[in-house]
Amino acid sequence: MNLVQFYAEHSREVLELIGQHLYLVAISTGLAIAVGLPLGILLTRRPRWRGPVLGLANVFQTIPSLALFGFLIPLPFIGGIGARTGVVALVLYGLLPIVRNTYTGITGVDAAVREAGRGMGMTDRQLLLMVELPLALGVILAGVRIATVVSVGTATIAAAIGAGGLGVYIFRGVAMVNDALILAGALPAALMALAADGLLGLAERRLAWRPK
Amino acid sequence: MTPALEVRGLRYAIPEPGARGPARDRVLVDDVSFTVGSGETLVLLGRSGSGKTTTLKLINRLFEPTKGEVRVAGERAADLPVTRLRRRIGYVIQEIGLFPHFTVEQNVALVPRLEAWPPDRTAERVRELLELVGLDPHVFSTRYPHQLSGGQRQRVGVARALAADPPLLLLDEPFGALDPITRVELQREFRALEGRLGKGVVFVTHDVREGLLLGTRIGLMHEGRLVFLGTPDEFRGSDHPECRAFMSAA
Repeated sequence: MNLVQFYAEHSREVLELIGQHLYLVAISTGLAIAVGLPLGILLTRRPRWRGPVLGLANVFQTIPSLALFGFLIPLPFIGGIGARTGVVALVLYGLLPIVRNTYTGITGVDAAVREAGRGMGMTDRQLLLMVELPLALGVILAGVRIATVVSVGTATIAAAIGAGGLGVYIFRGVAMVNDALILAGALPAALMALAADGLLGLAERRLAWRPK
Repeated sequence: MTPALEVRGLRYAIPEPGARGPARDRVLVDDVSFTVGSGETLVLLGRSGSGKTTTLKLINRLFEPTKGEVRVAGERAADLPVTRLRRRIGYVIQEIGLFPHFTVEQNVALVPRLEAWPPDRTAERVRELLELVGLDPHVFSTRYPHQLSGGQRQRVGVARALAADPPLLLLDEPFGALDPITRVELQREFRALEGRLGKGVVFVTHDVREGLLLGTRIGLMHEGRLVFLGTPDEFRGSDHPECRAFMSAA
């Protein structure tokens, strides 16, 4: 059967899987931002932590995704089979781009601007909110974009440990040697990644400060 | 009348890397004392590394003094919360440091906004100051720093420093990054402005001609110490070897 027929006949399941996929991506990216953004800001205030923290995030990124899932499964609380483990792994993957871009974005702000701000009596918080974050926003959003796109891709693999999502079709299709099934999962996943990249790229261009 | 600035016995020492104990510390500023009255400009002159910029930064506590006392308009700098101290001091730096994402108006209005001034008072003050530094508010208020020349940017920098009407103004080689023609232009305008401001001004420079032109008094720094403190004429006539060295380069 062809793809269109497949989607017509299995529309409910397809939508369910897309929903699970979006859930995995949204929750994990949200958590990665909630943890990564403050962490990146902290690194600009405590430069000595930069090496260890970025090093650790880099380690997580470097471990192949399936292997990372494998490491997490036996752990208590965050482990086991299912979406929760998938989310934990995706958060760990999303951390490096977000932490690193937050750090780079803020330290990329002209030192003279920071010195002038401090010298005129801005508190650290005012400097961060009024100067550093607005000027770093473009770079930070680029990090979010990368984390999101990676997340969409890695979430397809999470199906292998029972996290659901479009990877279910891909793995099932491979097992059953059914091309249409593989494509039924791969196509929406690819489109989702492109859409995320496109939308966040747009946000980046709109919100990033640059001389007009 | 309370002087704008009193500095007594100021000392700044940092640990020498690898050394142990205060005896081995590197002393960047050593027992510096001076007073600056309102309406007076003290030029801190010296070679690179003489401690003049460090001294300036000890006044607004960008560096914390190891020893000594700083009083701004009678209040001890060490007793004030540091952001409160800095808002009472205008600060102009060589690289200017205007916020690139703020308009000229927003840049100048920074400290008044931080101090929650009423918006009309702030707007009026910004207009007044832009005119004072020679920029037409109607033309320049809504411009962004990248649309300005170096000289125009530094004018905004000075206006910004004056915005909250601080009793003391600190300038760290403010015209150093400008081309020679613009530099002379701003020096002349600053000189004309000095008298009208009624503030204490500390002006750091390594350019002896600029110092002699702008200073009510000159403080010559050498290796962290203040080796001469007097009027420009006294400086010209001084026998001190460092003064002679500067005069021969004038």
